[in-house]
Order: sequence, then C-alpha cells, then structure tokens
Amino acid sequence: MKDSVQTKTPCFSLGKLVAKAYLWALLIILYSPILIIAIFSFTEAKVLGNWTGFSTGLYTNLLSGGVNNMLIKAIENTLLIAVVAATVSTLLGTIAAIGIHNLHGRRKSVVTFLNDIPMLNPDIITGISLFILFVALGISQGYMTVILAHISFCTPYVVLSVMPRLKQMNPNIYEAALDLGATPMQALRKVLMPQLKSGMISGWILSFTLSIDDFAVTLFTKGNAGLETLSTYIYADARKGGLTPELRPLMTIIILAVLLLLVVINLRKKKENE
Amino acid sequence: MNKRSTWALPYFIFLLVFVALPLILIGVYAFQDDFGNFTFSQFMKFAQEEETINTFTYSIEIALINTVLCLLLGYPAAYILSNRKLNRSSVTVMLFILPMWINMLIRTLATVALFDFVSAPLDEGALIFGMVYNFLPFMIYPIYNVMQKMDHSYLEAAEDLGANPLQVFRKVVIPLSMPGVTSGIMMVFMPTISTFAISELLTLNKVKLFGTTIQENINNGMWNYGACLALIMLIIIGCTMLYSDEGSAEEGEKGGLI
Repeated sequence: MKDSVQTKTPCFSLGKLVAKAYLWALLIILYSPILIIAIFSFTEAKVLGNWTGFSTGLYTNLLSGGVNNMLIKAIENTLLIAVVAATVSTLLGTIAAIGIHNLHGRRKSVVTFLNDIPMLNPDIITGISLFILFVALGISQGYMTVILAHISFCTPYVVLSVMPRLKQMNPNIYEAALDLGATPMQALRKVLMPQLKSGMISGWILSFTLSIDDFAVTLFTKGNAGLETLSTYIYADARKGGLTPELRPLMTIIILAVLLLLVVINLRKKKENE
Repeated sequence: MNKRSTWALPYFIFLLVFVALPLILIGVYAFQDDFGNFTFSQFMKFAQEEETINTFTYSIEIALINTVLCLLLGYPAAYILSNRKLNRSSVTVMLFILPMWINMLIRTLATVALFDFVSAPLDEGALIFGMVYNFLPFMIYPIYNVMQKMDHSYLEAAEDLGANPLQVFRKVVIPLSMPGVTSGIMMVFMPTISTFAISELLTLNKVKLFGTTIQENINNGMWNYGACLALIMLIIIGCTMLYSDEGSAEEGEKGGLI
C-alpha cells in the first residue's frame, strides 16, 4: 500500500533517481583506482597510463619468477607467516575462548579487556610497542618476531569467532562425555572441537586475511636482516620511485584473492546463521 | 566449579607479555634518556621542536578535514543504503564495504595510479583525496549498521503525526543514527591521525604526517624520543575513545561481515 502512494508522487521517483546516481558516483570513485590498476596490468607499458596493446606478459613474468627472486621470496614469506600465525592464533584463541567462557566476574572482564586492546590499538602503536618490547628483551628481529606480532593481533578475532559457538553449546554434553568415561582430552577432541569447528575455521580465515593484509606491524617487527613480506616489499619498491610494472598484476591478484576470501567468509557466516 | 577456566591462563600470560607489557614499555621509554635515567627531556624536546609541533598540528588538521569529508559524503550514502525504499540490494552494500579489506597500501598506490592516469599533481589535494578514498567505507559501515537496525515505526509515527520528510530526517533519523556517527568518526579519525607511509606516497614526500615523524625517529635509533611521540599519540587516541565512549564500541569491529 505504501508503495502505491509513492509511485503517485513523482518527486519520490526523482529522489530515488538522485539517490541511485549518488551511490553509483561514489562506487565509481571507490573502484576506479582499482580498475585502472587491473586494466593496465594487461599491457606491458612501463609508465602507467600508456596502453601498448593487450598482453598477459606481466602476468607470465610475475608467475614464472622472471621478475626477481626478491618478490617471489616476499610472497613465500607472506604466506608462511600468515599460515603459521593463523594456525597458532586459532589454537591459542580457541583454548582461550573455552577458558574465558568458564571465567566469571572480575577475572573475565580483565581478560576480555586485554583481548580488546589489540583490536582498538592503531597499527603504528602496536608495531612500535612490540618493537620496543623486542629491543628491551634483546630479541633479534626476524620471522619469529613478525609471527609473534601477528599472533598478538589475530588471536582476539579468533576468540570473538569461537565465543558465540560456545554460548550456543549445551554444556551438559561435555560433562556427559566425562561421565561416560572419556578423558578430558578425548572429550575435547570428540565433543568440543566438532562443535567449535565452524567458529575456528572462520577465525583462521580471518586471521590469515589480517596477516597477509598487515603492513605497519610487520614493518616495525621484521628487523633489518632483509626479511620482506609482500606489503613491505611493495612499500620499499614504491618509495624507490613509482611502481614496477609487475606490481600491477600482483596487486590485481591480491585484490581478487582478498575479495574471494571475503565471499567465502560471508557465505559461511550466512550458512551458520541459518 | 570446573577447571576449564584455567584454559584462559596461557592466553592471559601471552596478553600480558605481548599486549600489556609493550604498552607499558612505551610509557617507560618515553620518560628515559639514552642512559635509562628518568627524565622529562623527551617531552621538552617535543615542545621545543617547531617542525615536529607543526607536523603534529597539521596531522590533526588533516585528520579533522578527512573525518568531516567522510561524514558529509558517507552519511547520505549510509542513509540511502539502509533505506528500503531507495535500495533493496545487499550487493550494493557489500560493494561499499569490500574496499575496507583491501590493503591500505595497495589502495593508496592505486590512488597514485589514478592521479598519474588523469595527470593530476600529487600534492595536498591528492593526500586528502587519498585519505577520503581510503577511509570512506569505515564511515559508511557503522552508520549503515545503526540505521539498518533503526526501528522504522518511529519514522512512520513521525509521518503519521504530520512531520514532513525533512522534519522526519532532522528530528528522528539524525538523532537515532548518532551512535553510528560516533563510531564512524572514531573509525576514521583515529586511523587517520596514526597513518604513516600513506602521505609520503601520495605526495612524493612533500607532505609529512605525525605518524611518519614517529617512524623516522624509531628507524634512526631515537627510541626514547619515538616512544615519547607514540605516547602523545596514544594519549590523543585515548581521549578520543573516552569522549566517544557512549558510542557503542561494538560497532568498532573491523567490518565486512554483512
């Protein structure tokens, strides 16, 4: 009934048109830089903006490793760090979530408060504070420090992904398993884990995405022994003066990969809610 | 009652070492000289260094401009997106939120590419464009979230009681969406004030922001001074958070899950 009222008054449809146009104008501005990178990843011109004919040359250069070993090494480092950090965060965060779920009162609020800090802290503060920690403790910086840093900002998100699962769970099932003679370890593996699995997987994917996406924290904790991840490599390259042409296909691939991961996370979330 | 509460212990210790202790150390280093003696000299140095003070105020200025622009552009967008009469597709919403998840550095370099492409100069204008471009989704998302959960019977009640659309917007929609606006401002202002690297890339090193000053000091081994500047930034961020404490902190989570 409401709709029929609106179609009668032409000023509403004009408003709708303006609203739609506004949204699309914003979207075009938001996506045009990304589109330009993606379009010009299919031409070999050195300077962005010159079109020297369609070619997948940059992609084959990139994927065959012909560009340089540094870039390939950076990609390997990024993936290695992300997989290790996401896996450790998922284990640590899941066990922590079970613990926090069983905590009460002041203790619970203290842990929850500490768990919130990494999510609220700006990257640069997280990075500098960890840098100072490693300096103060005399730990030399490299893979280990970057991974520890990534675990510290990924785990809170795992805790947040697993918590809702725990709240939905029937606590008696675990007790029942114990009563029926399962050891706590067996009860954990056969009863708790299967119920928490979906939360853990979401947490892992989220951590993985956050880790490959990170720039600031990595920059401060990677040390100066030449360890580079993709973002620090891109940063160093861009600072040397402009983008290497091969970064265009690389950035296109990264954007597509992140979008794909997000679609997966959202689909999972939707399925869980049903 | 049960022993499983002890399972939080390993993570609690981890949090103490890698979250609490590092923040405390920033405070400790800020009040030390090169030999580890207690001193206020780092703060005196900050107060006397005209260039750093200028960078500091300029950064706050840029962060304010960016926040205002994001709010002016983002609020109507969030309103349209959440209004079922104007937008029914969840895909459009998703399109606005997706860029939040693309690496900030990549988005910045893409902006540089755009400016190169239309051969616009990389100066302060580019910096502000790049900032707004980077942070607009962070303004739209929380406002959209709040508006979407808004009880529409209030709007209908206002209409039924004779308010015209402008009055409904001014007297009902805006007040009800304030929590979203507060967290949007937080999600834009706080990261803008703490950005580094972005300004160098967007302006070819012509413009420097406070984050870059901190980074340079840390890189050059001036850890105590760097920690002092980081502490100043932390205090500003803490104040912003306290100020907007009533704005629901829940909306502050990184978005993308629709």
